[in-house]
Amino acid sequence: MDLRLSSAEPTAAEQDVVDTALSGMLATPTDNQPFTDTGHNARGRRHLLLPALHAVSDTVGWISPGALNYIARRLSVAPADVYGVATFYALFSTEPRAARVVHVCDDIVCSLAGGKAVATALTAENVCWLPSPCLGLCERAPAVLHQLAGEPDFSQAPATPAKVLVAARGGTDAATADQEFANARMSAPQSGRAGVRLLGRIGVIDPTSLDDYRAHGGYAALRRAIQLGPSRVIAEVRDSGLTGRGGAAFPTGVKWNGVATAPQRPHYLICNADESEPGTFKDRVLMELDPFGLIEAMTIAGYATGCEVGYLYIRGEYPLATRRIQAAIEIACRRGYLGSDVMGEGFAFDIELRRGAGAYICGEETALLNSIEGYRGEPRNKPPFPSVSGLFGKPTVINNVETLYNVLEILQIGGPHFAEIGAGRSTGTRLFCVSGAIAVPGVYEVAFGTTLRKLIELAGGVTGELRAVLLGGAAGGFVLPPQLDMPLTLEGAREIGATLGSGVVLVLSTAADIAGILRRIAAFFRDESCGQCVPCRVGTVRQEEALARLTRGAPRGSWETELVLLSDLAQVMQDASICGLGHTAPAAVQSALALGLLTAPPSPLSNGSTTVKVRP
Amino acid sequence: MLLSTIRRLVTITVDGRELRVPDGSTILQALYAVGDTTQADTPVLCWAPNLTPVNACRVCVVEVEGSRALVPCCARKVEDGMQVRTNPERVRHSRRMVLELLASSVDLSQAGGDVQRWIASYGVDPQRYGPPVAPADDRDHRHAGHHHYPDGSTAETVAQPVKIDNELYVRDYSRCIMCYKCVKACGTDAQFTFAIAAAGRSFDIRIATEYNSELPESACVYCGNCIGVCPTGALKSVREHVLRESGQWDPAAETVTTTICSFCGVGCNLELHVQHGQIVNVTSPSDHGVTHGHLCIKGRFGFQHVQNLPNQTNTHTGTPE
Ligand SMILES: Cc1cc2nc3c(=O)[nH]c(=O)nc-3n(C[C@H](O)[C@H](O)[C@H](O)COP(=O)(O)O)c2cc1C
Ligand code: SF4
Ligand code: FES
Repeated sequence: MDLRLSSAEPTAAEQDVVDTALSGMLATPTDNQPFTDTGHNARGRRHLLLPALHAVSDTVGWISPGALNYIARRLSVAPADVYGVATFYALFSTEPRAARVVHVCDDIVCSLAGGKAVATALTAENVCWLPSPCLGLCERAPAVLHQLAGEPDFSQAPATPAKVLVAARGGTDAATADQEFANARMSAPQSGRAGVRLLGRIGVIDPTSLDDYRAHGGYAALRRAIQLGPSRVIAEVRDSGLTGRGGAAFPTGVKWNGVATAPQRPHYLICNADESEPGTFKDRVLMELDPFGLIEAMTIAGYATGCEVGYLYIRGEYPLATRRIQAAIEIACRRGYLGSDVMGEGFAFDIELRRGAGAYICGEETALLNSIEGYRGEPRNKPPFPSVSGLFGKPTVINNVETLYNVLEILQIGGPHFAEIGAGRSTGTRLFCVSGAIAVPGVYEVAFGTTLRKLIELAGGVTGELRAVLLGGAAGGFVLPPQLDMPLTLEGAREIGATLGSGVVLVLSTAADIAGILRRIAAFFRDESCGQCVPCRVGTVRQEEALARLTRGAPRGSWETELVLLSDLAQVMQDASICGLGHTAPAAVQSALALGLLTAPPSPLSNGSTTVKVRP
Repeated sequence: MLLSTIRRLVTITVDGRELRVPDGSTILQALYAVGDTTQADTPVLCWAPNLTPVNACRVCVVEVEGSRALVPCCARKVEDGMQVRTNPERVRHSRRMVLELLASSVDLSQAGGDVQRWIASYGVDPQRYGPPVAPADDRDHRHAGHHHYPDGSTAETVAQPVKIDNELYVRDYSRCIMCYKCVKACGTDAQFTFAIAAAGRSFDIRIATEYNSELPESACVYCGNCIGVCPTGALKSVREHVLRESGQWDPAAETVTTTICSFCGVGCNLELHVQHGQIVNVTSPSDHGVTHGHLCIKGRFGFQHVQNLPNQTNTHTGTPE
């Protein structure tokens, strides 16, 4: 393939930053010459596209035509393709933009917590800011992310207008901002208490110290794994009954076995740390406060399934977690816990850290594969499943962060013992992200089978009068006060037509504006659809429009015709979309309608501005 | 043609009837080859016989036993013992809704006769989403992850100005259903030019060159293969566009003459589409062994000399030729 590029040239800085980014990653670092190897070799480098775009965006703040041309040339990817990838992600701009941008979370929890005041203050002071979907900092709401050109990004939460303004004017740097997150209790209120398993080291160890990690049981699980050997590790995981914590609850042992026994080589491991489901922040807390735990767990997964490389795909809006994981990988490499001979035990395992760039859909496993490979994060049709044909077409294990931490526990106490914790087929403990109208928000670890009521009590109880709980996130559904005694298990949730999803427990009091929340959810899916398939691309638009009419009290036709329309949309999205995003896009809206959280106004409205009444 | 290649046969059941079809074929190929009239009329939009299936439009969905969601039959391969149902209500519902969602957001007036027929037979009602919004001039510059919250009084559409930036073809993206066919034809399925790609995301997804540069500045080689595969008239020759705009487009009068391209030795089959004594378009049959429906700039656009008669005015268009 010949590349035809426009005449735009990169600046010296852009060229430099791309060269630096690629030299760390290209197989032949001196290979500066475009076109010397096209075809197969060039295609083999396409996975460097996302890191190259990040490098430019991080340094100059936007992707200029010259920089894009340079990336295209270095990687032998057509410029239209590079542009298509760059414009897929919310964090990249292909138009000049301020060097400092504040992303202000305007999602459910931050809105309840007064995020709007921050936005108002920024507007008043002429600061460049953009609204953002949930930033995964709900326990500290309201939240903002500072995206900076030439300096490391950082988050602020809880954000106050004053603090954000100081930072927006350059008065705060990443190191200072990170310190605000030092108090682990604020994220995981149970930290340091007895009885927690996955959270055992949270707030107890220094997350930057491998020695501290080891002094608190770190790397005992990997040693145990090596004693057992790969197939017995998989047997333990299978016996534990562990199911995936990323949302789909697939049995982890089955997944691992599938890849371990796949004849095609190499095998790849991916840790899905793209956590973007609104209301979810557990993976972030684990990675920020116990980063070596994830490195160790990935190493075990790689060892058991025959992978020499594991990709850790972390959400682009998680600067602190990224710094912690990056540092942990470097230390682990230096100390021989990663590399060609892990702990001197004769097996190789390396971790490649990849950052997302603002796309919820990239958490969907096949979109994630495309994103890593340097394509647009559009989901693939299944079958084939990733365990058969995944990353670069090879057998691939994809696991959520929390799922992997459970493996450490399984190896320590044994699969059968693990299976005794929890209830029924929901084995082990589960992390719940409790936020909203709750006294002590945070990540809570409870055994499966604990009731929702107990969990809410553990978090200090509801502030105000309970209206509903949004369980499972934007892709989940609502639970009403009479159902609070539901056991938090996969089965218990299914029984009442709900889902635990990614562990979101978003508590809403009677003060919450349910109609506004539903509109925010509909807007979220409208923005986050990859746009590939018609049911989801257009269905999410029509759903948002219909909901806007209903909540304005201005239905087209009657309230009933709008309900028929919404239900028609829900059915086609569930039935005919390519991926889980489309399948679950109507879930919360349909749940709210079924439970009567959104009801017809008593009489036809005259002024059109009244919002829908919520039942007393 | 499908059954002529010697392959192992597998047995699938379609709507209760057992069919023997070659292993490796898709459900759609099976329905086309051995399905009854209704099954063989399965609607497709993003599928074409000469392109790799992208299964993006989802209008072809069927029910397959064991799969919770419906399955795009254009891409799913048959398996021995597979139970397929093409007629449950939920299949009809999804097909109707896909057509309806497209018809409510895209100008389908120049989509082929099949599309119009499906729109009628599936009972599509695009009006129920409300009156369309006014055409937008910012669709090339919308930022992923952001949109203006609608009030629902109008229905969002992709209506936008036509792009005319070269002498050979126009891009009228108000008619684009995002079937990815042009991207495939420009890229790995035919031309390997990669001048265009999908850009942006969600409803703001679009087909674009880098930075929306005009075609002459892009990698485009004007093979016109994108026009050849476009199902909705979003991509068409300038000639067709001009005739349509001036009300002189007359498909009823069109005749098609098959010939062989004389520009080089490859021997591509050409179909000359002629209206009122003038060639208006050139295509190639998608099942032609050499071209698979794809041509180059000479074959597709190099016909003007045929009708450059000296001192003659085209009586049809009134323009001097
Ligand atoms: C739209 C969408 C977003 C998703 N986001 C995530 C995510 O951020 N993190 C995650 O672990 N799984 C996510 N998933 C689920 C993954 O597709 C996949 O099931 C999971 O990573 C598998 O790991 P597990 O078996 O350990 O849960 C998402 C799924 C969908 C459909
Ligand atoms: S369901 Fe939505 S996100 Fe998933 S493939 Fe379809 S358009 Fe993309
Ligand atoms: S024709 Fe099958 S998905 Fe479009």
